[in-house]
Parts: sequence; C-alpha cells; structure tokens
Amino acid sequence: MSATMSAALSSRGRTWFEAIAGGAARLDGGPASVLAADVAIGGDTVRVISVVTNPDNRFPRAREGEVGLDEGWGVAARVREVFGPEKRAILAIVDVPSQAYGRAEELYGIHLACAAAADAYASARLAGHPVVSLVVGRALSGAFLAHGYQANRVLALDDPKISIHAMGKQAAARVTKRSVEQLETLGEEILPLAYDVRSFAKLGLVHELIGGVDADAPSAEDAAKVTARIADAIADARSRPRDLSSRLASPEARENRAASIRVREALAAQWG
Amino acid sequence: MSVPALMSRTSFVELNARERARALLDDGSFRELLGPFDRIESPWLARQNIVPQADDGVVVARGTIGGVAAVAIAIEGAFQGGSTGEVSGAKIAGALELAAKDAKAGKPIRPVLVFETGGVRLQEANLGLAAMADVHAAVVALRRHAPVVGVIAGMIGCFGGMGITAGLVSRLIVTRQARLGLNGPEVIEQNAGVEELDSRDRPLIWSLTGGEQRHAVGLADDLVADDADALADAVRAAFERGQPAEHQSERIAFWRGRLERLPATPEGPALRKLWMGDRP
Repeated sequence: MSATMSAALSSRGRTWFEAIAGGAARLDGGPASVLAADVAIGGDTVRVISVVTNPDNRFPRAREGEVGLDEGWGVAARVREVFGPEKRAILAIVDVPSQAYGRAEELYGIHLACAAAADAYASARLAGHPVVSLVVGRALSGAFLAHGYQANRVLALDDPKISIHAMGKQAAARVTKRSVEQLETLGEEILPLAYDVRSFAKLGLVHELIGGVDADAPSAEDAAKVTARIADAIADARSRPRDLSSRLASPEARENRAASIRVREALAAQWG
Repeated sequence: MSVPALMSRTSFVELNARERARALLDDGSFRELLGPFDRIESPWLARQNIVPQADDGVVVARGTIGGVAAVAIAIEGAFQGGSTGEVSGAKIAGALELAAKDAKAGKPIRPVLVFETGGVRLQEANLGLAAMADVHAAVVALRRHAPVVGVIAGMIGCFGGMGITAGLVSRLIVTRQARLGLNGPEVIEQNAGVEELDSRDRPLIWSLTGGEQRHAVGLADDLVADDADALADAVRAAFERGQPAEHQSERIAFWRGRLERLPATPEGPALRKLWMGDRP
C-alpha cells in the first residue's frame, strides 16, 4: 500500500465523521481518538461515534486508529450516555485497522475494553435504540467486533478500498503461512476469505451498499445522500426485531450462510 | 494439593471437549446435540485441503447442573486450535439463542461455556467473524435473563473474539494453566516485534495473561485447581450465586479509573500491587 493511500484510508473515519456531523458540536471528554457528536438526522438526534487516529495516544499501539483500551471503554461510555426512554439512534462510523496489538494492552485487559464496547452497542440495540454502522474504510477483526458489528443495520460504502476481514492481509498471511498473493487468489475462490466489500455483502451481512460517492473526499451532496440512507436504516431498524436475525434472512445469507441457518434449525429440533 | 488428592483427581485440562461438557453436567444427564452422527461439518475447509471434523470442534450438550436444566458448550482445542468457523460458531450462538428463549419464557437454564481457542478460524475468516458477532449478541441477550458462566482451563487459553466473549460472561472461572487475552502472544510478536513481546517466554506470557494473574486483578472471578470435580463444583456454585450486581463489561467508571493507575512498565506483579486493593 502506498503512503498516500494509507494516509487517505487512515483519515476516512474522521472525514466521514465531519461530513455526517457537519456543524454539530463535538462532545467533550473521552479520549481524543473517539469522536462523538449528537446530530439531527431524519427527525432523530443521533449519537454519532467514530474511532480515529491520534499520533499522541498515550498507548503507542493505538495511534493509527486501532481500538485499544481507552477506545473500547470510551466508545462504551459514549453509547451508554444515550440510554434512556427516548430510544435515540446510534451511528458507528467504522474505519478501524485492527485492535491494538501490544503487551500493555493485554495486561490491562483490552479484551474487556472491547467487550465493554460490544456490550454497550448490543445492550442499546436490545433496549430499542436503533444502532446503525457505516463502514467507510477498514472493518477488521476485534476492532469491528467492538465498534460496529453489533449494529442492527450495517451500511457500507461501495468502494474498492474498503476492507472487511477477520485479520489484516499481512498478519493473516503470516499466521496461515500463505503469501499475500495466495490469500488474494483464495479470496476470489472462497467467498468468506475475500477482503472486498462486495464479497462481504454477498454473505448477507450488509443491509445496503451505498455507491456513487467519493469515499475519500465526500462532497456536500455525497454526505446528504449517505445521511438519507442512514435515516432510512434507522427507520427500518425501529420497525424490526432487535436481534441480529435479519443477517440470516436475506437471499444472500440463505445462499452463502446456509450452514449457519441449518445448524440453528437442527439445534432447535433437538433442544428438547 | 496433597499427594492423595493429586492421585485421585481427574485433570480437566487433559479432557477433550466432550469429556469436559460431561464433567460439568450432573452425572448421567449428558445429552449431546448435533453430535458426530448429524455430520454438520464446515462447508469451507475441504476446498482448502483441510479435513473437516463431524462436530466442527464444538460440543453442545443438554443436561442438568445442580438439578437445573443446563446447556454446556465446550470448544475442542485439538481441532483447528479451537477456532471459530461458520458451523462451530453457529453451534455456540444457536445454543445460546435457544437458552435465551427458554430463560425469557421463564424456564430455568444454566448455560456454561468452556473456552479453548485462539479465536476466529482464518480459513473461514468473515463467516467466523460474523459468527463471533452473533455469539457476543447472544451472550448479552441471554445474561439479561440468566447468568452465563465461562470456564477457561488451558492449555490453549482463550483469545481473539472469544476473549471478548469471556469478557461478557456473568462469572469467569480459570485455572492456573489458563490464559486469557485478545491477541495471542505470537500475533503480537509478529505485528509489534519481539521487543514488544517474546512469545516463547512462557513465564512472561503467563505473568501477563495467565489464570492466576487474571484472577488476582479481578479479570477472572474464581481460580480453581485443575480438577474436574473442583471445576464442576465451582460452576455449580457460580450459578447458585445468581446474577452479578453489574457485569464487568458494564463497569465503565470502575475500569476507566483503574486505567488511570498503571505501573511504570507493563509487568504483571507491578499491576497486582496497584490494582489488588480494589479487586472487584
């Protein structure tokens, strides 16, 4: 990846936060790597949250937009602040390269920090808050599990630079003892191994792919278009079940997550 | 442990997943769901020249714990490192979803998860990750109605997305052989370099993420000897305690407060000194 491409990708979380939040005031408190604002979208006051780079992060392994200790707990706090009778919607803007890989992170319980974030989003959803995530860059591994994957509705920009996976390419190649080229070839043959957003959508995990916008430098029209899709997703989430069952209901899921469905049917039949 | 006790105990660590599930359920109550004869295997492994396994490395068993209806879900570390694939993940999430349905309907259920895994199976990548999100969703939904107990025995431990799951359970039981974290030491060394973490330094690894350390700072609730009977007793006792007042993953102010009190260098013993005073 070239330096410019990397720089463009690493700023998408901030770029889209600013495009969606517009002039809304940034909320004080929390780490500088967790942006939050309350934004009027489709008649709702939506809590918008994005995890972004911070070169001064006190934890060096979390300076590139990774979800680390402060980010996990910070996101959890931002989500739980919204809990209340109004059932306000929550939007996670997702551009996270990974969880933070470090010794301090492990010792101080990064697994619990990520659990806190996932818990907050899931609890919000179960309490009736529509939770929508908008994937604008990377949605990788534990970082995505913590920030975005518990949403009722996952939206994603239809953009070739988006990357969604269980592990970044270089690291996955090392762990599976394959070359990056081999991984890319395998991804073309075996759908769940692909990194691109269109392959991901074929698994039935995306509510809507949003095309025709400039993902690196969105215009005002692009922002308005995406905001309208967010408003629709919020309205849709409000009228449907609060669990994640919609991810198994689409024609794509029936085709490419058939085993996930079959296992549940067989378990139910034998449960007793 | 005395010599006679050592001679008579059954090591839980050395049991496979099926035996572990059996050991935690009341005697004679074990009934496996989706057993090997159902042959629901991974649809993705064979085309990568990996021989699938009929249970995909997860055992789901109904039975009773302390006379109350239960489900034991045990991950088999010997198959693909206990990794979560589409089928194994769906077995875990699906069983938890059914348990939640029972609990919500007022039917008592005691769900126990036995972890032994490095996390998502990279050979099923995005479907493993999707299943992991389903598992997290299911634990959060279930624990609103019934406590969920987790056990990490070792020797693989519990890492990756399943480490997040361990952070969501109502009560977590570990042995000294257990490890708990998000990123395994090999992955940290590969990504951040050997100067960040030497994955071959086993005493160091256990001093950071081992069961004793996790228990000492309150990242695990109970530290139990590697003895099948002792672990079964601990699991039963955990259910008898009922719901915690607050789950650890909800205690934002407490844990953020602790993160303001860190040692000069990330060392296990130094952290214990700082954090043990207010062990949750």
